[in-house]
Amino acid sequence: MAESQLPPEAPPESQPPSDDQYPGMMDRVTGVGESLRRALLLPTLALLLALLVGAVIIMVTDVDAWRRMGDEPVAAIRDMLEGVWVAYRELFVGAFGSVRAISETLFTATPLILAGLAVAVGFRAGLFNIGARGQIFIGGLFALWVGLHVDLPLLLHVPLAVVAAIVGGGIWGGIAGLLKARTGAHEVITTIMLNFIAAFFVLWVLKTSIFQVEGSSIPKSAPIVESARLPTLFGDQYRVNIGIFLALGAVFFVYWLLFKSTLGFEFRAAGYSPGASLYAGMNVAFLYTAVMFISGGLAGMAGATQTLGLPPYTVTDNFAGTIGFDAIALALLGRSHPFGVLWSGLLFGALIAGGRTMQAAAGVSVDLVIVMQALIVIFIAAPELVRTIFGMKPTEEGPTQLTKGWGA
Amino acid sequence: MTAVTERGETAVRIRATPEERRSTIVGGVLIALSLFMFWAFVFGVDPSLDSTFNLSLQTDRFQDLAWVVNARNLSALLGVAVFGLGIWRLSRSALNWTNRSLAIGFGLFSLSFLAWAAAGGQFSMVGMLRSTILLSVVVVLGALTGLMCERVGVINIGIEGQLLASAFAAVVLSSAYGTWVGLAGALLTGGLLGLLLAWLTIKFHVDQIIAGVVINVLALGLTSLMTARILSDVQSLNAPERISAIRIPVLADIPVIGPMLFEHNFFVYGMFVLLFAIHFGLFYTRWGLRSRSVGEHPKAADTAGINVYWVRYRNVVLGGIVAGFGGAFLGLAQVARFEENMTGGIGFIGLAAMIFGRWLPFGALGAGLVFGFSRAVQQKAAILNIGVPSEFLLMLPYIVVIIVVAGVVGKARPPAADGQPYIKQ
Repeated sequence: MAESQLPPEAPPESQPPSDDQYPGMMDRVTGVGESLRRALLLPTLALLLALLVGAVIIMVTDVDAWRRMGDEPVAAIRDMLEGVWVAYRELFVGAFGSVRAISETLFTATPLILAGLAVAVGFRAGLFNIGARGQIFIGGLFALWVGLHVDLPLLLHVPLAVVAAIVGGGIWGGIAGLLKARTGAHEVITTIMLNFIAAFFVLWVLKTSIFQVEGSSIPKSAPIVESARLPTLFGDQYRVNIGIFLALGAVFFVYWLLFKSTLGFEFRAAGYSPGASLYAGMNVAFLYTAVMFISGGLAGMAGATQTLGLPPYTVTDNFAGTIGFDAIALALLGRSHPFGVLWSGLLFGALIAGGRTMQAAAGVSVDLVIVMQALIVIFIAAPELVRTIFGMKPTEEGPTQLTKGWGA
Repeated sequence: MTAVTERGETAVRIRATPEERRSTIVGGVLIALSLFMFWAFVFGVDPSLDSTFNLSLQTDRFQDLAWVVNARNLSALLGVAVFGLGIWRLSRSALNWTNRSLAIGFGLFSLSFLAWAAAGGQFSMVGMLRSTILLSVVVVLGALTGLMCERVGVINIGIEGQLLASAFAAVVLSSAYGTWVGLAGALLTGGLLGLLLAWLTIKFHVDQIIAGVVINVLALGLTSLMTARILSDVQSLNAPERISAIRIPVLADIPVIGPMLFEHNFFVYGMFVLLFAIHFGLFYTRWGLRSRSVGEHPKAADTAGINVYWVRYRNVVLGGIVAGFGGAFLGLAQVARFEENMTGGIGFIGLAAMIFGRWLPFGALGAGLVFGFSRAVQQKAAILNIGVPSEFLLMLPYIVVIIVVAGVVGKARPPAADGQPYIKQ
């Protein structure tokens, strides 16, 4: 009897019971239950190291300086250092240097916060949602459809479009959750595959008459009606819109959900130990689907801010950009806590908004920001590495493991 | 009750075994497939039209081989065969033939589809089989990379990044110093990223999937950055010499099989050599036994005196080198220049091919060929302009992957310690 109650994730006897063997291993990466000082220290050091490595990369890829290296090495090295200084100065100016810069930072941070929350909710429940990209696509498409084909006053139109996005993204995420619950298919693989499927679907559907301007052949939608556009906060010359308040609301909602509601408790319990949760009478199959639905819904909201809030309000086939993958990095940086995600979302928004200015003014591609994100994740996920670099005292901790094989 | 193990089911309920139920499901799928074939390819085609399958390329020794057949008659024959296969599955006999029946059924379906698409025209069968091989090379090498790592218990989700970074290294170094330096640089890059993965996961116990994602993002960011900052400025670094095909004498003259298998660049031959080498190594040498024991039960292996960490480091680095070989093929032979994000997810397909192939080298080959075939059909179908949007055909491999990992083709068992960090007591 007890045997038939085992969830598909429960390891057979030959395997070590990974959850109990290393207590707190989820905590190290997701940052569950650590003090504020520790929660701030590691991300700060990680950011500093990433900036440092970024500086080296800027210097090494400085083609013009390398050409001068043979003739006048001192001047070449000075050029390199100056290149770093100019790049980081423009990065800062582009992020915080003016009202427009701050508007751009907030505008860029909006979908990042929402998608980061999506990944964080998954982490808390022991699921690794790499599918934010696909969920952004499908959620954005749902919002776009409402924005093009429904005629309502603004006060109803925007909320309806956002709800549609939540449903769309939720369905796309829920598919992966349902597959995991029913068949044990690993969510990492299914969500990556759903990303590709969503991307091709968007490419096709934006060329159909449902979304397209008549007579056009490129994948680009007609402009959405005015009443469905997210209203801007400081006039039309600044892009920041009410989406940032949506993101803030989502932060508080996720905080309430995870830490104040029964469902959130069950999510976290299932994340710690699916076996124990099942034994305690929780419906783990339902929980996996629900987590992925909510996670997908949050990513879908990010899709809505991308389709409803991005001037000139016509949507092209790449509206998800790299948000889906940025979200993973910032969920880790924010230690999977909604407030942590908020701050790291603002930080990444600043980095990317500043990165665009850097690219235009200093000729350093915005891809540098992607590299820095990867480095931040490495340093967060391998705290011992950071401790070694800064000569800090090692701690007695078990290994970090979020995922459990292929769950087959 | 939704979460029930297979073990639990056999213990509690007296009913069909999972294998028997799967046989029934596959039978249903095959019969549905045959009905679709009759609807679309038999009654949906002009009975007077013939399909011409060309069986020789213009460079072949024996010219103008072709198979001309009436499209409707062929499809009717194939439809009956698929229907029969379906009935046979419903009878639940010969259960080990379930997957083979499914594969044969889809093969016959594809042939019928091609006959329908080529009705009244010509179609280069050899060309399609040849591109099936070429399109499966990177997938198979990616799957072999994953297999090398997972057999010792390290999940490598960074195959995509390893392929991308080594393709970049191959293109730049080959443009600057020639093909062989490019190849060496690609192998080195793949190996170094393997070392990074091993170092993060074994020394620092970083979650293996997070480490893999980091490698993907790092490779994408660095190659895009260097493309924007260096390659756009110095165009000559993005112009490698394309590696040409080596015709194997005599064998290449065999009709159909010659151009399909014996007229390729050395990467394709290299893939087959690696395939045999890894299969032999894994199952017939001490290295393989040790690797597999570390992947199945590291503690027992350690007790027996095997250095678990060393075996894991070695195999993950070797796996990275295999990915480097795949990246070099991509950068030097298939595309012969570097483009941002040129891998476009093929590393993930390799990962799925490894699962589909049940962690076996020849399983990886089979899975790779399935994906290569579906890509080749998609390319041909786009040329024949059959009215199905190409985006849907492009989606197909990814949908197949989901169906595969959802266990429709049967549950595969990964190495028992896959994804588990090992900490020496």
